[in-house]
Amino acid sequence: MSLDEETTRNIAHLARVAMSDEELAHIGADLSRILDLVAQMDKVDTHHVKPMAHPLHMAQRLRPDEVTESDQRERFQAIAPATEKGLYLVPRVIE
Amino acid sequence: MHTKSIRELADGLRARTFSSVELTQHFLERIARFDGELNSFVSVTQEVALAAATRADERLAKGDGALLTGIPIAHKDIFCTEGVLTSCGSRMLENFIAPYSATVVEKMAADGAVMLGKTNMDEFAMGSSNETSHFGPVKNPWSTDCVPGGSSGGSAASVAARLAVAATGTDTGGSIRQPASFCGLTGLKPTYGRCSRWGMIAFASSLDQAGPMTRGAEDAAILLQSMAGFDARDSTSVHQPVGDYLAGLENGLKGLRIGLPTEYFDAGLDTDVARSIEQAINEYRRLGAEPVEISLPNTHLAVPSYYVIAPAECSSNLSRFDGVRFGHRCDDPKDLEDLYKRSRGEGFGPEVKRRILMGAYALSAGYYDAYYLKAQKLRHLISDDFRAAFERVDVIAGPTSPGVAFGIGERADDPISMYLSDIYTIAVNMAGLPGMSIPVAPVGGKPVGLQLIGNYFDEGRLLNVAHRLQQVTDWHLAMPAAFA
Repeated sequence: MSLDEETTRNIAHLARVAMSDEELAHIGADLSRILDLVAQMDKVDTHHVKPMAHPLHMAQRLRPDEVTESDQRERFQAIAPATEKGLYLVPRVIE
Repeated sequence: MHTKSIRELADGLRARTFSSVELTQHFLERIARFDGELNSFVSVTQEVALAAATRADERLAKGDGALLTGIPIAHKDIFCTEGVLTSCGSRMLENFIAPYSATVVEKMAADGAVMLGKTNMDEFAMGSSNETSHFGPVKNPWSTDCVPGGSSGGSAASVAARLAVAATGTDTGGSIRQPASFCGLTGLKPTYGRCSRWGMIAFASSLDQAGPMTRGAEDAAILLQSMAGFDARDSTSVHQPVGDYLAGLENGLKGLRIGLPTEYFDAGLDTDVARSIEQAINEYRRLGAEPVEISLPNTHLAVPSYYVIAPAECSSNLSRFDGVRFGHRCDDPKDLEDLYKRSRGEGFGPEVKRRILMGAYALSAGYYDAYYLKAQKLRHLISDDFRAAFERVDVIAGPTSPGVAFGIGERADDPISMYLSDIYTIAVNMAGLPGMSIPVAPVGGKPVGLQLIGNYFDEGRLLNVAHRLQQVTDWHLAMPAAFA
């Protein structure tokens, strides 16, 4: 299966990854080859097979609804690219 | 000191033949001397190491401590280490000083292990050669123009060159076993859920597992004993008691049924590697084991379905790297979308982008059933193959990789041939089983790995089977001459 440039560009947009035209062309060709590899899956009839989400078929464990974390905002924001008054700074979203 | 096993070192520390500070200095000197060539470390944490060694000496002087107390080890740079750079081999995290430590790191530190530094790896653990690292490729100590394997290539190279006594690794599709095979080490990927994933930077959450990379099986047992266990902070951690991995090491192998899957000895396997594997199987015959031919008929579906599941989970996990809370941020973003896109475009390397896009495509509207759901169904079939096999045999054995270490740059431009180098290891992650690689007879001076696959939570048996072979052979003791 071969991906056209527009499809590749759209996936890059969905994944929020900026790429040059050259990078897009290259990655589009690679993805097409990976999809050819993946296409081997289609040869198998899996109509009656259940999907496997967990190797040990475990159900999600729940815990009591109790406070377990303490406030570590300053510690975590110390490694942030830009903060002010305890808030993360990003470019203006609403005019 | 660098040729001794953990038990020998632990004895030396207790007999005061040397102190942990002396031992740690010895390894730091070896890193300074040799790692310029190998590039196996991203960070060397000299001060942290010497402080931990001093504390270990104090514990030992009081007569406490575990087998790991005072032993210098290295952590793969995927494990968060509080106050220390945790880069995951990526430009995205080249400034990330972790604010907390991974459970595995904490547990080993509590047992007194001394962290020498953080090892190089494929970017976000995506790769089989350690060539995708932002910090440059790692060289294989056995042949410095070859790759060490990946993604835990720095851990493998550092232990193989004896720059650390042992190291941690992680394995999503073979990232412990394949580099262990290429570098002549013992590497163990435990059962999914056996070691906590908390603080281990996630790649594919339904496949990732942490494990030890060591010279021999006894060392691996000592590390796993410290690393394994339930952790409430990891929602996929398994609530099951941890066995005594050292207690069963000496058990006899008489009557042990070893399954040899025909699919693992097909045309894709290098004929010299096949001979090394057969030689090891013959050693097992002499030890009283009974090889049995088995079939894992869905083996060929493992790589195709893995390259849906792993990228899909990767694209979801890596969405957290957005340039807002931590990690790389682009200069002068014009709006929020530009901030996300350029931070990610600049922060991720080509292989990571390839997998994020592959995953985003597989998960995009209208494609879920054809890709992710289909792959999960095949995962069931692959897993059922193993279930059926373990009704007939106790362990499964075969090659870890179709060949020996390949040249640096040889496959870097061909993702598919790189992916296929994990053909024998990936199915084990898909099924969630424990798997091991141990060194057998080398080919042309390059190490070869025998893969041992066990049933769920049967790590103790795998270690036993590996240890018994290592008692009658010396492949695991070989050392690259240039790093003596």
